[in-house]
Amino acid sequence: MTHPIRKTHPVIKIMNTALIDLPAPINISAWWNFGFLLGMCLSIQIFTGLFLSMHYIPHIDLAFSSVSHICRDVNFGWLLRVLHANGGSMFFICLYIHIARGIYYSSFHLYFTWMTGVVLLILVMATAFLGYVLPWGQMSFWGATVITNLISAVPYVGSMMVQWLWGGFSVDNATLTRFFTLHFILPFVVLAMVAIHLLFLHQTGSNNPLGLNSNAEKIPFHPYFTIKDLFGVVVMVWLLMILVLSGPYLLSDPDNFIPANPLVTPTHIQPEWYFLFAYAILRSIPNKLGGVVALLASVVILIILPLYKNKFMSSSFYPLNQMLFWGFISIFILLTWIGAQAIEEPFYTSAQILTSLYFFYFILSPLLSVLWDYVME
Amino acid sequence: MAAALVRRTTATSLLRIHPALLPQQGNLSSYSSYSWGKKIVLGTTGLLTAGGLGLVAALNHSVKATDLILHPAKLPWSHKGWFSSIDHASIRRGYEVYKQVCAACHSMKYIAYRNLVDVCHTEAEAKAEAEEQFIEDGPNDQGEMFKRPGKLSDYLPNPYANDEAARSANNGALPPDLSFMANARHGGEDYIFALMTGYCDPPAGTELAEGQHYNPYFPGGAIGMAQSLYNEVIEYEDGTPAYASQLAKDVSTFLRWATEPEHDQRKRMLLKVMVFFSIVTPILYYYKRHKWVLVKSRKLAFKPRSPPPS
Repeated sequence: MTHPIRKTHPVIKIMNTALIDLPAPINISAWWNFGFLLGMCLSIQIFTGLFLSMHYIPHIDLAFSSVSHICRDVNFGWLLRVLHANGGSMFFICLYIHIARGIYYSSFHLYFTWMTGVVLLILVMATAFLGYVLPWGQMSFWGATVITNLISAVPYVGSMMVQWLWGGFSVDNATLTRFFTLHFILPFVVLAMVAIHLLFLHQTGSNNPLGLNSNAEKIPFHPYFTIKDLFGVVVMVWLLMILVLSGPYLLSDPDNFIPANPLVTPTHIQPEWYFLFAYAILRSIPNKLGGVVALLASVVILIILPLYKNKFMSSSFYPLNQMLFWGFISIFILLTWIGAQAIEEPFYTSAQILTSLYFFYFILSPLLSVLWDYVME
Repeated sequence: MAAALVRRTTATSLLRIHPALLPQQGNLSSYSSYSWGKKIVLGTTGLLTAGGLGLVAALNHSVKATDLILHPAKLPWSHKGWFSSIDHASIRRGYEVYKQVCAACHSMKYIAYRNLVDVCHTEAEAKAEAEEQFIEDGPNDQGEMFKRPGKLSDYLPNPYANDEAARSANNGALPPDLSFMANARHGGEDYIFALMTGYCDPPAGTELAEGQHYNPYFPGGAIGMAQSLYNEVIEYEDGTPAYASQLAKDVSTFLRWATEPEHDQRKRMLLKVMVFFSIVTPILYYYKRHKWVLVKSRKLAFKPRSPPPS
C-alpha cells in the first residue's frame, strides 16, 4: 500500500497535519475563522512592511519626507503605506474578536494555547506602538513621548529606564532608529510565537461552541475549513480594500500629517483607536503609577482566565454569563470611545466607572457561572 | 434565595435545550426556530442598541458643540463620491490661486513641477511653469553655486530661506507647508474652505494681538494670516469668475489633490476591487455551501434495538 507524499515527505507532512488532514470539530462556527484571518493579517503586514522598509529612512530629519516619498514617488507606494497602516487596524479587529470568542466559549481552558496567545497579543501591541512612531509626525512623536514616559513611574529606577529606552535624554534619533529595528524584528518573533501557539492548539485540538469533547465528531480541515477560511479571507480582504481605497486616512490622526516638532505639543494626544480602551483606563486613575499598573493589568488580566472552574466549558450553558459578556463588550466599546475624548466631565467620571466595571467583569464572571452550576444542580 | 429566584424566573425560557445540542435539527438560519416572543425581544433589543448608539453619537456632537471652535460645514465636493475623481479644471485654477496668492508665504516642498504633468498641465506648460523660477544649483566646475531656470524635477520654491526667516516676516507665526494640508487639519478641504471664507469681525470682548486677525474656524479664533481671498483678487486663465468662494473652492480642491496625488487612481482601483469581489465572493460562498451541504444536512437518528424476544 502506498502513502500519498503529503503523509511521507518530512516537510510536507508537517503542513499536512496542520492544514489538510488536521481533525477539526464539525461544529465550529464562523467565530473560529479569526485565527486564520489573523495569520493573513500578519502576512499582509510583513509583506507590505518589507517593501516599505526598502524606502523608509529611520532618521528624524528624513523619516517624514521618506514616508512622503513612498506615497508620492514609489510605484504603488501609497497603496503599500495605507495597506500597512489600515492592515494594522484590521489586525486588531480580528485580534479582539478572536480573544472575545476565546472568552465567550472559555477557550482559555486550553492553557498553553491561551498563554501563548496572551504573549502574542502583547507582542503585537508592542509592534503596533513602535510602528506608529516611524512616520515621525506630531502624533508619532508625542505618542512615543507619553507612552515611554509611563516607565518613569517605576519606583527608583524609572527615570533611568526611560533614558535607557530612549537612548538619550528625550525621544530623539536614537529612539527612532531602535524603534525601527524593533518594529522590523518583532513581527518575526510574532511569527515564531504563532508557530508555538498552533503547536499547542493542535496538541489538544480546537475548542468548539458547545465546549464538549468533539473527538467523536471530527472532520478533516481540508476541504471543509480551507474553503471556509478562504471565504473568510476574501470577505476580510474586501473590507480592508474598501477601507484602504475609499477612506485610507479615516482612522488616522490629522496631527500625524504635520512633521514632529518637540516644541509644539498637540492639544489632544491620543493613540490609535485600538489602544484607546487601555488609554482610557490609564487616564481614569488619578495616580501615575496606579494608571500604569491599571493599563498593564487591562491586558495581562487575561492570564487569570484559565483559573476559572466551570462545570461546562462554553457560555452556551450559562445564560447569565452570556449577558455579562455582552455587557463587557459594551464596556470595552465605551472605553474606546471615551479614550478619544478630552479629559473633562462627563467623560472623566464615566471612564472611572467603566474602568471599575471592566475589571469587575473578571471577578463576577466566574462567580456567576458557579451560581448557575449551583442553580442547575 | 437568589438562586431560587433565578431558577424560577428563567427556568421556562432559558433552560430549554440549546438548538446547537440537536444537530439533527440544524437549520441554516438560527432564527427560524425562534418564537414570535423571542423575535420581538431580539428586535426590541436591536432597536434599543441602535438607539443607544445614536444617543451616544448625539451626546458626542453636543459635547463638541461646547468647544471654542466653529466646526466647518460639510460641503458637497464633487470628488467626495466613492467613484468620483477630482475636478481637474478646479485643480488647475487652484494652482493659479496658490501660485498668485498663497505661495507668497506658504511652501509646498513635497510637490514638484513634474507632478502637475497630465494632472492639470501639459508637459510643455509644466516646463514653462518651472522655468519661471530660478533655482540655486551647484556647485559647478569652479565650485560655485549658480542660479538656473527651473526644471520639471524641481520642487515648488519655498518663499523663505528657512523657518526663522518665515517667522520673522510673519510676526512670529510660521506659515505651514501646504503639501499635506488637506489631511493635516480636522475637516480637510471643508476646513480650508471655511477658513478662507470665514474671516469676520471679532466678537465683543475678544482681544487680538497686533498682526492677528479673527477667524472662528481657527482654533482659538486669533490667526496670524490675514484674509487673502477677495472677489477678483486674481484673474483665471479659463475666464471663470473669480469670486472669493470660487477661489476658496479651487484652492481647497488643489490642496486635496496635493495631499493625495493618487486620489483618482485609488478610486479607479476601488471600482475594480468592487467588481472583482462582487463576483468572487458569491461564487466562493456558493462553493463553500456546496462543500458543506452533506455535513449540514445530515440527519442523526436514534434507533433503539427491538427488545429481545421473551
